[in-house]
Amino acid sequence: MMIEQLLDQEQESIVDVEKLSVTFGSQEVLKDITLRIPPGQTLALLGESGCGKTVLMKSIIGLVKPTVGTIEFDGENINQLTERQLSRMRLRYGFIFQNAALFDSMTIGQNVAFPLRQHGRFSDNQIREMVLSRLSEVGLPDSVVFKKPAELSGGMRKRVGLARALIMNPELIMYDEPTTGLDPIMSDVINELILRTRSRNPVTSIVVTHDMHTARKVADRVVMLIPRQRLDPGENQVIFDGSVKELETCRDRRVQQFVNGEAGERLMEMRANGHDQ
Amino acid sequence: MFSRFPKGETLWPNFYQVGVSSLPVVALTGTFIGVVLALQSSSQLGHYGLTNQLGGVINLTLVRELGPVLAATMLAGRVGSAMAAELGTMRVTEQIDALSAMGADPIHYLVVPRFLACLLFIPTLTIMADFMGVAGGYFYSNIWLNIDQHYYWTNSAKFVNNFDLFTGILKSLFFGSAISLISCYQGFNCKPGAEGVGKAATSSFVFAFIVILILDLSLGLSLKALYESWYPGGTY
Repeated sequence: MMIEQLLDQEQESIVDVEKLSVTFGSQEVLKDITLRIPPGQTLALLGESGCGKTVLMKSIIGLVKPTVGTIEFDGENINQLTERQLSRMRLRYGFIFQNAALFDSMTIGQNVAFPLRQHGRFSDNQIREMVLSRLSEVGLPDSVVFKKPAELSGGMRKRVGLARALIMNPELIMYDEPTTGLDPIMSDVINELILRTRSRNPVTSIVVTHDMHTARKVADRVVMLIPRQRLDPGENQVIFDGSVKELETCRDRRVQQFVNGEAGERLMEMRANGHDQ
Repeated sequence: MFSRFPKGETLWPNFYQVGVSSLPVVALTGTFIGVVLALQSSSQLGHYGLTNQLGGVINLTLVRELGPVLAATMLAGRVGSAMAAELGTMRVTEQIDALSAMGADPIHYLVVPRFLACLLFIPTLTIMADFMGVAGGYFYSNIWLNIDQHYYWTNSAKFVNNFDLFTGILKSLFFGSAISLISCYQGFNCKPGAEGVGKAATSSFVFAFIVILILDLSLGLSLKALYESWYPGGTY
């Protein structure tokens, strides 16, 4: 029964990360990460700064090459793809960057239309309609089309980033700290947009966040990572993998500290390090 | 890298930046260098009673050496640093990652248009620097030094030939390629933060300038050897 369940799980996963390790120079950021994400699931990736959440997400899209391990998307090992194949594969992804990463030399309209112009075979009229429709979905008026990213607020830029990521109807959307730097109301607007995106399109989502409110609101499943240097010997970097409900009741002290936003012994460690220096 | 030709929307801004916006500063530099060359050379040649040879000295120096090198230096300073800073900012703000994430090839989208712009337009900048330098040198020699224009141009024609013009243009193609590749490399490998972007812009100019000097010497030696093999007994 267990084997059948495991096989089912394997067949169903759209993202399959197997024993992934990523090292930059002498710094090992990720080690032995194994993660399977079934289609349609919204996974919140939690963990303190520097634990490798963004690196893991960038590895899934092929922006960071793994040192060891494999990453499969819909059954294809993305590290064995040529640049051209990877480029085609990326049409099936949508990535919302932490600071939106809008092209500041382009207008908002050109930014949102970029993937369509890059890959699509659409007329100018079709592109205009699709851009306006996506902008309206994220609650932005038509008037922003001719503005430059620098003229918009942080929340508006994030929404433009979301519109740009959605324009090619991706199967997997990745949000890199979507609510960081936003006021609580705008954060909730972004959370609602994540939920609305999911209800409108059958997408799988990965949300990297520090924001427990976001995790509680949007996630079906929560995975929590811990920085390599804070691991006990032999311990896996994934210290929690379960539902939001299970997260609240998890007995692991480090998980509870993160969930409740308590510094705990970290404050003592920092003081000790300060004295050492 | 060149399997698909870049779209016009990525090419035209770079062509404009390199080919049009750089013209005034290159023209100004060329003019002043021509005048200064006339000023400095005239007193030296005057000691030997060779002031009439001034046209040859100025024009040969400009067409073979100073025109291409100054146009390239101005391009490295004005456009190369800006390219490194722009691409560096794009790297730091994850815009280059965003290009990749949307399935666009950053090399094709960002580097190829800049490379083509520098490669195609540096010859025009060099010709502009040559022309303005020659004009500046002539006007100074003719108006201030009262050198007869007949002797000026006759001696110039004696010294400067088509091969000299060819060597200048050929050198400029190498300089243009080096400037664009070095600037793009520095931008793509920019370290995080404002300091990283500043360093990328500075390094791009410094490295480009050093490479221009090295290329100038290597190409000068190679072209001299080429000239002597094409025209045995001729003086380069």
